[in-house]
Amino acid sequence: MSMTDTLHDTAAQTAEGLPDKGGPAQPLLIVKDMQKYFPVRGGIFGRTQAMVQAVDGVSFEVKKGETLGIVGESGCGKSTTARLLIGLTEKDSGEIIFDGQGVGDSLNLRDLRRGVQMVFQDSYASLNPRLTIEESIAFGARVQGLSDPIGRAHSLMERVGLAPERFAQRYPHEVSGGQRQRINIARALAMSPRLVVLDEAVSALDKSVEAQVLNLLADLREEFGLTYIFISHDLNVVRYISDRILVMYLGEVVEVGPVVSIWEDQAHPYTRSLFSAMPSMDPENRTKTPPLTGDPPNPINPPSGCRFHTRCRFVDTVCKEKAPALRELPGRGGHCAACHLHDPDSGHDKAGREDIW
Amino acid sequence: MKAPLVEIQDLVVRFKGDRTVHAINGLDLTLQQGETLALLGESGSGKSVTLKTLLALLPPKRSEVEGGIAVNGTDVRKLKGKALQKYRGGEVSMVFQDPGLALDPVYTVGAQISEAVMRHKGVSRDEAMSTALDMLRRVRIPSPERRLKNYPHELSGGMRQRVMIALALACRPRLLLADEPTTALDATVQIQILLLLRELQREFGMGVIFVTHDIGVAVEVSERIAVMYAGQIVEEGTTSEIINNPRHPYTQGLLAANLHDVARGERLNAIPGAPPPLEERPTACSFAPRCPIAGPECRASLPDFVTLAPRRRVACFRALEAAAAE
Repeated sequence: MSMTDTLHDTAAQTAEGLPDKGGPAQPLLIVKDMQKYFPVRGGIFGRTQAMVQAVDGVSFEVKKGETLGIVGESGCGKSTTARLLIGLTEKDSGEIIFDGQGVGDSLNLRDLRRGVQMVFQDSYASLNPRLTIEESIAFGARVQGLSDPIGRAHSLMERVGLAPERFAQRYPHEVSGGQRQRINIARALAMSPRLVVLDEAVSALDKSVEAQVLNLLADLREEFGLTYIFISHDLNVVRYISDRILVMYLGEVVEVGPVVSIWEDQAHPYTRSLFSAMPSMDPENRTKTPPLTGDPPNPINPPSGCRFHTRCRFVDTVCKEKAPALRELPGRGGHCAACHLHDPDSGHDKAGREDIW
Repeated sequence: MKAPLVEIQDLVVRFKGDRTVHAINGLDLTLQQGETLALLGESGSGKSVTLKTLLALLPPKRSEVEGGIAVNGTDVRKLKGKALQKYRGGEVSMVFQDPGLALDPVYTVGAQISEAVMRHKGVSRDEAMSTALDMLRRVRIPSPERRLKNYPHELSGGMRQRVMIALALACRPRLLLADEPTTALDATVQIQILLLLRELQREFGMGVIFVTHDIGVAVEVSERIAVMYAGQIVEEGTTSEIINNPRHPYTQGLLAANLHDVARGERLNAIPGAPPPLEERPTACSFAPRCPIAGPECRASLPDFVTLAPRRRVACFRALEAAAAE
């Protein structure tokens, strides 16, 4: 295929992407009160014994063209949130609105997946070992009936830095981890999506390769006008790539806000602990005491009231009884936190005080 | 100076099979008693293989080991049978990355720790059990009496890693090998385990070799760092020398890739390419194909170590030039 064909193809591809329906002011994605409980079965009859409250009343928005970073520890529901967003797991309740259209009513799953694509952590497990790289990338486009899937695959391979003449006919086991993750990114982009969900997409890569992939993601965002949801446990990576950060703890959103605001002053005690748990990079000034003791509690029976109260050093009676709502902090550019400390009327005896931190 | 606790000289490890992999290519390393050294490197750099050689854990049929490995004056490569059993777990013990796989699921935590104590110290079951209880207290497990009777699956990830550490230290080894012990843990748990290891190291006065790919973790836990690439150490020094004044271009690249103080949206100074496949023993600097300052000499021959200060060395042709230019 000649170079002009490739270029022409890239242009055609953009035209084939889902149209912008709501205009620039409409958030690309609105999630309202999303909930997902997984049953835990056991006993001889396999009856439901308990519920894992994986995602419990999560609401957030993603604006067009921004990158939202989601952070939290294992079991906090960040990956479940991602799977619910693209319909890989069915939600129990709540609403997902993609560019003004409700998923499930005016937008079906098939069309949603033209607009939203995902890249997973395990680059090997997420590729079909029996398909060549070219076939893997072209597969989705073929299923969706887009024109010239192979040509599309080649131009995307070129774009993510894998020469098609060298790599097109190889199988996933014949390339390195960093290259495989580039294939996964190319495959996600083959549908000309508007939103890409990256679930720990760089976590399994070596540091030097991770930097290359982060550079690639930044370039692609610019070039294709993409919106990212970037899930990671590495705060440094999230800070680098995101515009806003959302912090989750045991299935709930505890804090969300612009990166700079959160980086300067974490409003929720959990976020603060998470940040002070980052290894110090200064050998003269190492961490002296761990910010939290113990492991995160089990999401099967999460604590009552504020779910963080069992590990929080500011815990008061109200925290055990009443779950705090996500409230916007005044004058912080949309920075919200769910903590009684920031609600003067909550009844917490240290509420509203700045000197306790 | 006292005799070093660990002395590795010109270690070479090759794995044979359908194809040969040159995992370690001429590695020299010394560790003094009571020191904590971090082996820092990416996957395939040979850091875990180095640990396994120290415990003689490599499969003898498929691997070829050359060079000298001495721990506390004992030649590890000559150990066999009873002597090897005594050495493993008694002199030297290891903490693995995944405690869920390293602990035996069908025995209680107490039984596993006391078994090791009985084997090595020759004490009665009751005495061994009380040692196990004491160890669980030292690794700060809440209500240790109850936990002694728990099976590994009843414990959380952080708790299991604490048990693993208690098991490794129960016979008071002189050398502890830790193979990425916090990689599988959450951030808030990771820092607890790192601080615990640091405290126990001070308390027991043992030497520690800590393998990690995370510079931040290395800074938290170790006083010295050796950076590995393609089966060789490319740079060694104290933690602050490596962090504040890295000399090898690979170390510099790794530090930049940590994103610790990169401005948002700024382009990352990524190291291009990927590590070499190691199917042949390197005859030139392994990092040269990815190195921004490589010259013809780097592609022609292996760089020798340049000693910048006592126990501060770097294997790079360009390091001296760069030092002189400053």
